[in-house]
Amino acid sequence: MSTVDILFYFFALLALGGGMLMICSKHPVPAAMFMIVSLVGVAALFVLLEAFFLAVLQILVYAGAVMVLFLFIIMLLDVGPEGGKASRMKLISGFAGAFFTALLVVVFLIMVQSSGWINNGEGWSEISDTNEFTNGSNLIFSASVKSFGYGLLTKYMLPLQISGFLLLAAMVGVIVLSKKASEEGSN
Amino acid sequence: MENVTPSHYIVLSLCLFSIGFLGVLLRRNLLLMLMSLELMLNGINLALVTFSRSSLNLDGSIFVFFIMTVAAAEVAVGLAILVALFKKRRSVFSEDMNVITN
Repeated sequence: MSTVDILFYFFALLALGGGMLMICSKHPVPAAMFMIVSLVGVAALFVLLEAFFLAVLQILVYAGAVMVLFLFIIMLLDVGPEGGKASRMKLISGFAGAFFTALLVVVFLIMVQSSGWINNGEGWSEISDTNEFTNGSNLIFSASVKSFGYGLLTKYMLPLQISGFLLLAAMVGVIVLSKKASEEGSN
Repeated sequence: MENVTPSHYIVLSLCLFSIGFLGVLLRRNLLLMLMSLELMLNGINLALVTFSRSSLNLDGSIFVFFIMTVAAAEVAVGLAILVALFKKRRSVFSEDMNVITN
């Protein structure tokens, strides 16, 4: 068992444990903290998969911006812990969750059995250190940010611009929503 | 224990997705439900990066980039809606959100 494997199990434990504690904690503030632990674990797994740029983005965008926004809203609204009353809906949704999780596992097992590559045990193919970005029409996976930028600005130019427009629309939407809410709150 | 293969990562992403899914179903706090949605997206991202790495094709990684963009926008709008709802209902629990009109 090599160092990389030990690191995989450690960070997998971090990600799963953080997620479990997140959905189990009664109070929202510890839940947000456990969520940050889980996100950092996933970012470390991205590093192990040699997607360094995505790992940095994961830390900056999720653990940095999104979770700070969550914590800010939790503390702004002063949310307390959930009450103890367990309803019938909880039982039904528990059954539904268990059922669909089992369904996912079954579909995964079928996928493993039917497709050869995922279970053939050959492990990882080496990343080629070529200076080319493309191989025919395919973009070659590489650890560098340069090839990421090449892909974004050539093949994925239109989605990049649409996502920029989406961020603008989200910003305008948030401003309109919060303005309307504060006007109605003052009446 | 055996060597870590792509299927280990896929199993892990399946577990993360399932945890997030159970969180969305079982929790009654809308903030925690939004956080569980983020956890589901993270599981999907991990699966996409794994497939991208094991097939040496960058498309999956670029798709993860777009998912992160959309998730950030979704969280911003979702939290704004949550604050607006809180101002009306004085609660963030899903059982209090049972009326469409005010």
